[in-house]
Amino acid sequence: MEYALALVVLIGLVALVVLRPLITGERDDGAEAPDRAELEAAKEAKYREIRDAELDRQMGKLSEEDHRAVDRELREEAIDILRRLDAVAGKASKP
Amino acid sequence: MAGTGSACLVAGLLTALYAATASLYGARSGRRAFVVSGRRAIYCLAALMVTATVILQSAFLRSDFSYKLVAEGSSTDTPTFYKVTAMWATQDGSLLLWALLLSIFTSAVLFLTRRSLRELAPYATAVLGVVAAFFLFLMVGWENPFSAVAGPVPLEGAGLNPLLRHPAMMIHPPMLYTGYVGFSIPFAFAIGALVTRHTGADWIRATRRFALIAWTFLGCGVLLGALWSYTELGWGGYWAWDPVENASLMPWLTGTAFLHSIMVQEKRGMLKVWNVSLIIATFALALTGTFLVRSGILESIHAFGASTIGMQFLVFIAVVLVGSTALVVSRLGDLRSESRLDSLLSREAFFLLNNLVLVALCLVIFWGTFFPLISEAAGAERSVGPPWFNRMTTPLALALVLLAGVGPVVAWRRVTLAGLRRVLIAPLAFATVVLVALLAFTNAVESLPALLMFCLVGFVLAVVAQELWRGASARRVMTGGSWPRALSELVSRNRRRYGGYVAHAGIAVLLLGVAGSSAFLDQKDVRISPGQSFRSGDWTVTYERPTAQLGGDRAGTGAPISFGAELTARKSGERLTLHPSRNYYPTQDSSKGAIGRYFEGEATSEVDVRWGLTRDLWTAVRPDTSSLAGPIREANRRFSGANGDVQALAIAAIVERYRTDPPPATFRTLVSPLVSWIWIGGAIVLLGALIAVWPSPEARVRRVRSLYKARLGRELSGT
Repeated sequence: MEYALALVVLIGLVALVVLRPLITGERDDGAEAPDRAELEAAKEAKYREIRDAELDRQMGKLSEEDHRAVDRELREEAIDILRRLDAVAGKASKP
Repeated sequence: MAGTGSACLVAGLLTALYAATASLYGARSGRRAFVVSGRRAIYCLAALMVTATVILQSAFLRSDFSYKLVAEGSSTDTPTFYKVTAMWATQDGSLLLWALLLSIFTSAVLFLTRRSLRELAPYATAVLGVVAAFFLFLMVGWENPFSAVAGPVPLEGAGLNPLLRHPAMMIHPPMLYTGYVGFSIPFAFAIGALVTRHTGADWIRATRRFALIAWTFLGCGVLLGALWSYTELGWGGYWAWDPVENASLMPWLTGTAFLHSIMVQEKRGMLKVWNVSLIIATFALALTGTFLVRSGILESIHAFGASTIGMQFLVFIAVVLVGSTALVVSRLGDLRSESRLDSLLSREAFFLLNNLVLVALCLVIFWGTFFPLISEAAGAERSVGPPWFNRMTTPLALALVLLAGVGPVVAWRRVTLAGLRRVLIAPLAFATVVLVALLAFTNAVESLPALLMFCLVGFVLAVVAQELWRGASARRVMTGGSWPRALSELVSRNRRRYGGYVAHAGIAVLLLGVAGSSAFLDQKDVRISPGQSFRSGDWTVTYERPTAQLGGDRAGTGAPISFGAELTARKSGERLTLHPSRNYYPTQDSSKGAIGRYFEGEATSEVDVRWGLTRDLWTAVRPDTSSLAGPIREANRRFSGANGDVQALAIAAIVERYRTDPPPATFRTLVSPLVSWIWIGGAIVLLGALIAVWPSPEARVRRVRSLYKARLGRELSGT
């Protein structure tokens, strides 16, 4: 008896919580557009890489010459990400 | 409340299945309300599992023996700490713990990613829902922790397995399970990434912290298991290459490889196939670890009871492996590397090497662990022992420590030989100094692998010290300020990098302890009477007198009888008094007699260890109780029908007889060098992991900014 009653109550409570979005049509509108969120994360990661390379140079792990080459490649990649971000932003702002 | 507990499990199973279905449907149809509903279902699942756990814990604390689990795993005289932790000493309770931890972890990751990974997260939810449903299905169908005892409710329970009455052992399972469960998060997101063909580094960035937390907990669990083995099992070692021990080490090794190789994918877009394969293997090994502890398919000192759910586990592991592999194969085109290895002298190349060594180590251990099954299938069952494991793993461990030292000094993408020479010269010089000192002042040359390991440990520690010093120097050039401030800022701004280096130092220190204690262990087994002495290493150990105690054992395990010895150890003016003992727990077997059941149940060693930075002195005793057989028989005959007080007096008299008329006892002593460094190394690894997992100040600012942006967006769209 306790089992059946508890099961009905628990399933009822769960249904109340999980079915609410279906009834009210609640959506995760606060979420960023997928491309933009991914590109933002990629941009942060690339900036971190540039800082890491600079730290490696200061610590003597990378020679000036090596650092110049690595830094150039990283900045080119960062610019590419920024361009793609601009494109996504442009697409989003179009009416 | 058992009915409510069972209802929580059934409701949990339905909720987990709903979460998986709604998330999949929402993702496929684009109806986001279903995705939100699926996520909410996972939150509800966590609430249900917490409720079920609270009900079961309350039954243990109340000693409610109407629950089969409580009657079999606890008793009224079990200390409260062990009552609380007895849940996971049983198979049913362990399954509930898995489901509880999984639901909490899943809720946490879904909450954190609720505003990102829109396409991928619903598939990850579905995978995690299915995993949770599997564990709930096992409980509902076969191993219900809320089952009632058959027949009348007993007045007393069987008590917790005495071997498990150890603080480390009680924390060890939740640690291991947190590790196992934690790895299911990156696994689920990897599957989501494969399904949606979003095979970039997003799933890694979202779950990296969970993988690191899982790795840390699993590592702590493995180490606590070793500590338990060292201080409880009475054989003196901390690692026996036992199948259950190996089963927990294997996912940790592949998890370590994963944590390194995901950095290559994050930075260079390489090793995508390797990374998804590693996390699939890690998750499958985590499931195998859970299964092996109780399956009884392999003989183990840690296996507690045979399982009724072995086949279900095997089928699930097979489904995970086959399904995931098929998915990886079908997505090979999407998993192509975005760039190529620029140079063999680069950090990514060293990470790849480190990965190969770690996976080789895992494969060797896997082969040795399952060799009895493999050989049985081939016709004749054979097994491999610790010497085989030591022979096979030692070269790989040495290579791993070498790479742990070289890796941090090599920059990403490329480094010149001259640059490498410049950063390696000081650590190599330090390793050479260590070598000369060891040759001049110690007998380390007697074990070449240990000598090599000591030098490599010196090398790794020098590398880490150099990295911190050079980094702090660079920081001071940029910002000025004191050394401590520069160091603190350096670490806090680069937590992941320096946390990793600290973890490398910890592993090196841990392996220093392993090498020293394995190569230079001094073990003595003697059988002597009170007053006699023997030599153990530099110590002269004397058996002063026997000890016999009724109740109140030193370790607080609740053992009613404890026989032991008082030993004195002397060494050049130093004098120690040690009290190793053996605890005796009553059996429920009535054939042993009313008095005999107190002496003929399970017994555990309570070793006395004197910890030291240079060496431990470890002692254990095995009292010879055969001389008490006559008095016990006589007491059984005379006092079987007597009341409890009289029986207690009879037991006390027999215990006292052991003290006043002791037979010779068997002792094992170990003088174990550097063993303490294993635990210290583990603590350093934990510190490194904490540094790496802690969010950096910049990340906190970014998160606040993105939350603000999201709120602003919502407000603007609402106007």
